[in-house]
Amino acid sequence: MQLDEVIRTLGLAVSCAGSSLGREVKGGYVGDLLSDVMANSKEGDLWITRQVHQNIVAVASLKDLAGIVLIQGSEPAPDTAAKANAEGIPILVTDLPAFEIVGRIYKLIHP
Amino acid sequence: MGEALNFERSFDVEGGSFQNAGTVSGQIKAILKDLGVSTDIVRRVAIICYESEINIVSYAKRGTITLAVTDEAVKIETKDEGPGIPDIELAMKEGYSTASAAVREMGFGAGMGLANMKKYSDHLIITSELGVGTCVKMMVMNFQKILHPDLPPITL
Repeated sequence: MQLDEVIRTLGLAVSCAGSSLGREVKGGYVGDLLSDVMANSKEGDLWITRQVHQNIVAVASLKDLAGIVLIQGSEPAPDTAAKANAEGIPILVTDLPAFEIVGRIYKLIHP
Repeated sequence: MGEALNFERSFDVEGGSFQNAGTVSGQIKAILKDLGVSTDIVRRVAIICYESEINIVSYAKRGTITLAVTDEAVKIETKDEGPGIPDIELAMKEGYSTASAAVREMGFGAGMGLANMKKYSDHLIITSELGVGTCVKMMVMNFQKILHPDLPPITL
């Protein structure tokens, strides 16, 4: 499923890199430990996290992730946003806690 | 059959510079893709480079990461000017970390770095001298090329 369809269906707010929303979402990964996400996420995953500092962009870029979803209404730090826009890594925001948004994303891409 | 692949380049990494962490790994990933290295090997090297970079940024004053690519293997060698590791065996244990609270807050320092570097490389050697620094040599083998030497280099 394309990222823009996930965004539309779940009402996610697009915070960064709004021009890169045509990516295919193949799966998802949840985590705030960057080494864990680095080691275990897969290409095309949507990454759900509460980390907002700029290193999340490097991880998403290195692992070719589909995008980053920040939970609980967290906004990316200003330098994170700048880096995400420069590298075309979509950052999306939801007001929901991780458990709620993960369940909805899972249900959507594994109907 | 094309020429044998033989590429080498060193990159500087500045200690404490979390704002640049991942830049060298990104450059190395792009180089490997350009050289036609297989996706699986690129993925593994990206992980070990990133962890190496984060280790230098988290613990050392500065360091270098050297990439060497041949048809048979990708080698990554890191050298840093840092505190050194007093007990390498302990440091290799998943979950063991001496990272500061600030580093942990960013989602690093979970004691997974060296363990990931070992897991995703075929060969890893660490040497360290207290007060001087640490050197880590890692190798990701291209077994496909080793087992089938007649394959053209581009299939590395």
